[in-house]
Amino acid sequence: MVAERRVIITGDVEQSIREHGQETYPHECCGALVGKGDIVTTVVALPNTTEEGPRRRFLVRPSDYRQAERRAVEMGVELLGFYHSHPDHPSRPSQYDLDHAWPTFAYIIVSVMNGAAGDMTVWYLKDDRSSFEEGSLDHGENSHPHSAQTVHGQTGRG
Amino acid sequence: MAKILIPTPLRPYTDKQDAVDASGATVGELLADLTRRHAGLKPHLYNEQGKLRSFVNVYVNDEDIRYLQKEQTPVTAGDTVSIIPSVAGGAPTVAEATSGVALPELTNDEIKRYSRHLIMPEVGVEGQRKLKAASVLCIGAGGLGSPAAMYLTAAGVGTLGIVDFDVVDFSNLQRQILHGTPDVGRSKLASAKDRLNALNPNVNIVTHDTAISSENALELFEPYDVIVDGTDNFPTRYLVNDASVLTGKPNAYGSIFRFEGQASVFATKDGPCYRCLYPEPPPPGLVPSCAEGGVLGVLPGIIGVIQATETIKLILGVGEPLIGRFLIFDALRMKFRELKLRKDPDCPVCGTHPTVTKLIDYEQFCGVGPAAAEATPVNTATEITSVELKQRLDRGDKLKIVDVREPNEYQINRIPGSELIPLGDVPKRVNELNPDDEIVVHCKMGGRSAKAADFLRSVGFKRVLNLKGGILDWIDKVDPSQPKY
Repeated sequence: MVAERRVIITGDVEQSIREHGQETYPHECCGALVGKGDIVTTVVALPNTTEEGPRRRFLVRPSDYRQAERRAVEMGVELLGFYHSHPDHPSRPSQYDLDHAWPTFAYIIVSVMNGAAGDMTVWYLKDDRSSFEEGSLDHGENSHPHSAQTVHGQTGRG
Repeated sequence: MAKILIPTPLRPYTDKQDAVDASGATVGELLADLTRRHAGLKPHLYNEQGKLRSFVNVYVNDEDIRYLQKEQTPVTAGDTVSIIPSVAGGAPTVAEATSGVALPELTNDEIKRYSRHLIMPEVGVEGQRKLKAASVLCIGAGGLGSPAAMYLTAAGVGTLGIVDFDVVDFSNLQRQILHGTPDVGRSKLASAKDRLNALNPNVNIVTHDTAISSENALELFEPYDVIVDGTDNFPTRYLVNDASVLTGKPNAYGSIFRFEGQASVFATKDGPCYRCLYPEPPPPGLVPSCAEGGVLGVLPGIIGVIQATETIKLILGVGEPLIGRFLIFDALRMKFRELKLRKDPDCPVCGTHPTVTKLIDYEQFCGVGPAAAEATPVNTATEITSVELKQRLDRGDKLKIVDVREPNEYQINRIPGSELIPLGDVPKRVNELNPDDEIVVHCKMGGRSAKAADFLRSVGFKRVLNLKGGILDWIDKVDPSQPKY
């Protein structure tokens, strides 16, 4: 495996994740990352079906997972990973995240403090499942200059 | 032979194939064969005990094997077996936050700021990172909440939540050091947030602008690791205790009255709770509040800082926490005493067979509030409002006004023409009053005078009226020139 993995997020991906996190605050949001290679082109918001308290947990049901994967295949792209929010907590993976992580997938975490989306980070499970390693989250060529400004503004607020 | 569909994240271990063949008569055998052929899959499908991981779902022709015969589910040629992920995760909880896993890093600024912590082995870098990962909820931004919140913020807890709905009043400033003179009239939360942000901008201050209640307490407590109880009344104290037990959050408890303070740590896993000490609240009105009885301004400073200390020790996991010990501080004698406290196996909330398994109506439980008022209906004919009193005095009605407060309170403000007979002296001085007179009794807010009125009626006085809201209401409605306390 390469030393540092990365995802490139394009278009309004970042803004969509932030807005989703703010909408569901103080509960966690979750969704799928779809694209090709290391480029995330679309996000698919998914329902948080956890029964353990949505302020600290999220769960994507197998049926929703399967649908997300099928949607990706239909669109000719791949399922690259998932995102979720940490309401009032830093954007760092928890032990629970680690215990439930799948290899290969990119896990984007956005911290939502007091209802405002802040730091956003991306993590990958190490092959031996011992821990996560942080990847780099890069902004790709942006097809929506206006949304880029908004994204920038929101980053500053967090 | 059966076909197994491989989900995206596992395809790197199957040479990028989304479907592979494996042989076996049951799902278990099939998966064993699969992991023999593709060894990299094994740690992701099975845990250390060799059991399928909880987030790995296996379907045979669209049926979850959990509802078939699990791993013994038979498979025949032509069946399609799918491995389908559940994707789960979430923010860290109490144990994780303090267990050393996934602790946040310290920035260079934070290292400089917390250097006096970092050079102590009991805290060190790891301890400071535990503090940064921790979140604490202060119930109240008043006397106890002020010093607790300030020291916890200075110490660098990651998130500090504050619940309050009150507004800063001049009478708060003698002890509630979160708030300053220019803050009078502002919400306590806004004032607290400004002060704490200035003290340490690294701490995430979360404000909850609400009165804590049985409806919201569990949800409020959920994201926090430790609860700091800075409440000033029995219903809320029992509510905070029960909610701490029910959510499994330790409660750094403190309370103050005049020159005496108390502190303990309740609701830890094996420790006692407030109800182990006091299963039932005192009769309403027996224990006066600080507003009625007063409190030494520095006292909450001492007790609130003890609460902050215990909170920090719980987060760090160092020292001997104040669990099973009830600390009593007497400021006049400058003495600390300690009572041993055991978890009561018959405790209604934290005992072996709890009878309180969800939050109840605490106003009713403590015999105060609307529900209790219904039980013992207050006869409005026995009460008089400030405005009515003023009208009747202006009309020239002959009314005897008896002030049942203490002499030092009488020195601060009084209703013209009133006579001072402190509540405790009423029985022995009752012969100074004429049972045929119409008497209006009052105190500061109406609690003590209600008792005096009951007593007078019990000894034969027929026309006794209690001034509703006490002298504070009189000053608000009739005579704003007088000072309030």
